[in-house]
Amino acid sequence: MIAVALWSVAALLALAPAGVVLSTRPRGSIILYGGCLIATSTLCVTALSALLYSPQLAPSAILPIGLPWLGAHFRLDALSAFFLVVVNLGGVAASLFAIGYGQHEDSPGRVLPFYPAYLAAMNVVVLANDAFSFLVAWEFMSLTSWAMVVSHHRDAENVRAGYVYLLMASFGTLALLLAFGLLASNAGYDFDAIRASHPSAALTGTVVILVLLGAGSKAGLVPLHAWLPLAHPAAPSHVSGLMSGVMTKVAVYGFVRIVFDLVPEPVWWWSMVVLLVGGPTATLGVLYALMQRDIKRVLAYSTIENIGIIFTGLGLALAFKAEGLDWVAALAFTAAMMHVFNHALFKSLLFFGAGAVLGATGERDMEKLGGLIHRMPKTAFVMLVGCVAISALPPFNGFVSEWLIFQAILLSPQLPSWGLKLVIPAVGGLLALAAAFAAACFVKLFGISFLGRPRSDVAASAHETDRFSLTAMFALAAFCLIAGILPGLFIDALAPVSKDMVGNIMPHQVGLQWLTIVPIAESRSSYNGLLVFLFVALCGTAAASAIHRLASDRLRRAPAWDCGYPDANPAIQYSASSFSQPIRRVFGSVVFGAREIGEMPPPSSPLPARLQVELHDRIWDWLYAPIARAIGFATERINILQFLSIRRYLTLVFVALVVLLLVVAL
Amino acid sequence: MNGLRDILSQGAQMSLVLGLAPLLTGFVRKVKARLLRRRGPPLLQPYRDLVRLMRKDVVLADNASWLFRVIPYLMFAGTWVAASLVPTFGNGLLFSWTADLIAITALLGSARFFQALAGMDVGTAFGGIGSSREVMIASLAEPAMLITAFSVAMIAGSTQLPTVAEFMGSDAVGLRVSLGMAFVALTIVALAENARIPVDNPATHLELTMVHEAMVLEYSGRHLALIDLSSQLKLLLYVSLIACVFLPWGTATADASVARLALGTLVYFGKLTVLGFLLAVFETAIAKMRVFRIPEFLGAALMLALLATLLRFVSGSL
Repeated sequence: MIAVALWSVAALLALAPAGVVLSTRPRGSIILYGGCLIATSTLCVTALSALLYSPQLAPSAILPIGLPWLGAHFRLDALSAFFLVVVNLGGVAASLFAIGYGQHEDSPGRVLPFYPAYLAAMNVVVLANDAFSFLVAWEFMSLTSWAMVVSHHRDAENVRAGYVYLLMASFGTLALLLAFGLLASNAGYDFDAIRASHPSAALTGTVVILVLLGAGSKAGLVPLHAWLPLAHPAAPSHVSGLMSGVMTKVAVYGFVRIVFDLVPEPVWWWSMVVLLVGGPTATLGVLYALMQRDIKRVLAYSTIENIGIIFTGLGLALAFKAEGLDWVAALAFTAAMMHVFNHALFKSLLFFGAGAVLGATGERDMEKLGGLIHRMPKTAFVMLVGCVAISALPPFNGFVSEWLIFQAILLSPQLPSWGLKLVIPAVGGLLALAAAFAAACFVKLFGISFLGRPRSDVAASAHETDRFSLTAMFALAAFCLIAGILPGLFIDALAPVSKDMVGNIMPHQVGLQWLTIVPIAESRSSYNGLLVFLFVALCGTAAASAIHRLASDRLRRAPAWDCGYPDANPAIQYSASSFSQPIRRVFGSVVFGAREIGEMPPPSSPLPARLQVELHDRIWDWLYAPIARAIGFATERINILQFLSIRRYLTLVFVALVVLLLVVAL
Repeated sequence: MNGLRDILSQGAQMSLVLGLAPLLTGFVRKVKARLLRRRGPPLLQPYRDLVRLMRKDVVLADNASWLFRVIPYLMFAGTWVAASLVPTFGNGLLFSWTADLIAITALLGSARFFQALAGMDVGTAFGGIGSSREVMIASLAEPAMLITAFSVAMIAGSTQLPTVAEFMGSDAVGLRVSLGMAFVALTIVALAENARIPVDNPATHLELTMVHEAMVLEYSGRHLALIDLSSQLKLLLYVSLIACVFLPWGTATADASVARLALGTLVYFGKLTVLGFLLAVFETAIAKMRVFRIPEFLGAALMLALLATLLRFVSGSL
């Protein structure tokens, strides 16, 4: 089984150099993405069968590459299998989408070679069973995705995005490197050896913080998120989908692998740190998203929100695991993993939809779109599904995972620690806020871009996207619905993962009456997405047919009413900025220091009135800008050293020698 | 035989909420009119309005999309299903475990999501203003509702409404500070969600502060009738919810005798009358707020709910 997986990864790696050749051929991109589609499908099926049929088997392999005395260790246990499914499901969808979408690429040579390598790197991270292969693959994943972020390098924005991304990726890898260094200090690099070792409490605590920094910066936890909304939108849309939907999940995998698996029993304060980061990440991420007007940037910020939700779930799982309530830990952990899966589905879907819009109109700015539901009805439909799913509304999948997390929060009064008793309700409140903001955010995204009247000529003359892209998006939308109405199947499939990581599983779900999900006991809570979906569908159809038959089914078209003052100018519609104005006014003044400056010319003056909105990213202003300034200041001072005379250089060498000798002597 | 009975009582519940919803709205309107010393429209006027609207042609804006035509049905179905899941005359009905309190909140959230989209579909300024304000109100009301649900759920040890109602009716509950706070929070949320005074005014049209009416401005005929009916169902839902959680007495269990169920229905009518009357008195006594005062009003609900939850975390008996 692991052999099949590794051969598929090798095939992906072999496709990378082929991409250089194929990028010059007219049909090259189709061949390359088709190849990726086959390889990722194989991986996906392999991983799925490993997860469903032999989760306890955990086959491993050692290849004679990498460090000579270590080799490269690979292992396919339940956790790896689950994340392989997530990675490759995203990979299959992105490759299928790209068969159509990739043909619009201006310079395919800048994307094609890196795309399969990127997929291979993500797979290797998940399969790796020693720190060396893990880190090499992690870094390879960062670099290949960086190459695609700067693929449209003539846009200055993208180059800056690439620069910030590269810096933050290096920082993240450094933190992980240190974490593995600490873990390996008394065990070596092999994960099996690390698992068997017994590091001290202080050491594991440091490791957890370092992993939170390293994996968290890749996943986009606030305040390490600054690169994400720059880099994810800059890449071509199918790569954006992979980066947001899948690569952040690989980062989550890194966190889970180390914190839940490699280090021994957790301590309660770890969960406190994770919760204190996760909750604010969820709320802030979506508040940022609400303020944006670039479709892909909205989606990138919303990724930050969802990562916050996932980490909140993981924090709860850690807390319950630390306090010995492993049956609740199983609930929280399964919820987090469900959300990993769900977010990979709907975020890929939404980025693909944004890509289809971008391909059809050349615009990412919502204020130049509008009315696309008439021009691109199929894309609009799947985008609507994605928007409902990500807003955590029943009967789609986003709701199920958030519902499970809420159920875990409701069990937290059982925790003995007072710190957690005070933090968890606050985090619950933040999650509730995030859910409501997410709905507002996606009403805005869909309403402004797809509904209303076109705000520009490109939006008015848009055309539906190609068949391959549509197939990929419809498949993802179908998965969103299936995972929403049959969540029991997914919860049961996750049981071996939860068993390995937190030592317990959620109650068996499939086979319960009407396929309801019951996390603890039926008298406590239950949810049946299937019945909710059927009831709503039945009631709606019944109402429609009854009214059409008994009352009236006549319909006339007429100009819009608009209280008698319809205006033909589409600029009269609400724009993305005006839509979020009330929320900006209520929450923005504190969070973003938002200010509105209105300039009203005096009466009879022909000058236009102006409204200027100022928003500050306070995390950037208070955290990143000072660091950047400090580095700039230091480098300017040190820069003097470059322009000294030979005499002074010799003096410096002499002084250095003396100092070193002194150090050695003492 | 038992299965048939279960299905019958579930069906009775669904038709009861659907049939009663316009009556409750008519009753509140009537009491408000009497309090203002007007005679007011007859109690059955909402039914007549609905029938009249359903028989009329739909006049659809030229650039309205298919979504605009589907949304009234979706909203109606979502709200109706949600309203049928709240215990009214009887507790523990056949499908009452389909969705718990959190899922009911989310189901109403779905209905609102689509309603806000409908406001933006035709591309008029009025629709946009309504949707934009609606999501602002929802961004506070929905978390307040969820956290209220948390505090109630923690007290009762369940998010299932039948279990909550049963627990609240038992002696175990006692007098709790957190319950009082949850009650105030839920009342504020109910006022906001149903577009009542002081958050919105259900009686006006064409006022710059309007929210709900602005979103549905382009609707006509049967579509408008369905949207009106969903609003009425939503009002009934919230009133039943408050009754079920905070006035749980007299509700029959699903397997009780027919006489007991009839008594439960009577008690439910009584509760609706009392709460509807209180709503009318409250609305008459208070003035409409400016739009940007609403966040403070709803923020109070959010904080109260959070405090109730926190109290529950701190002590099991508060």
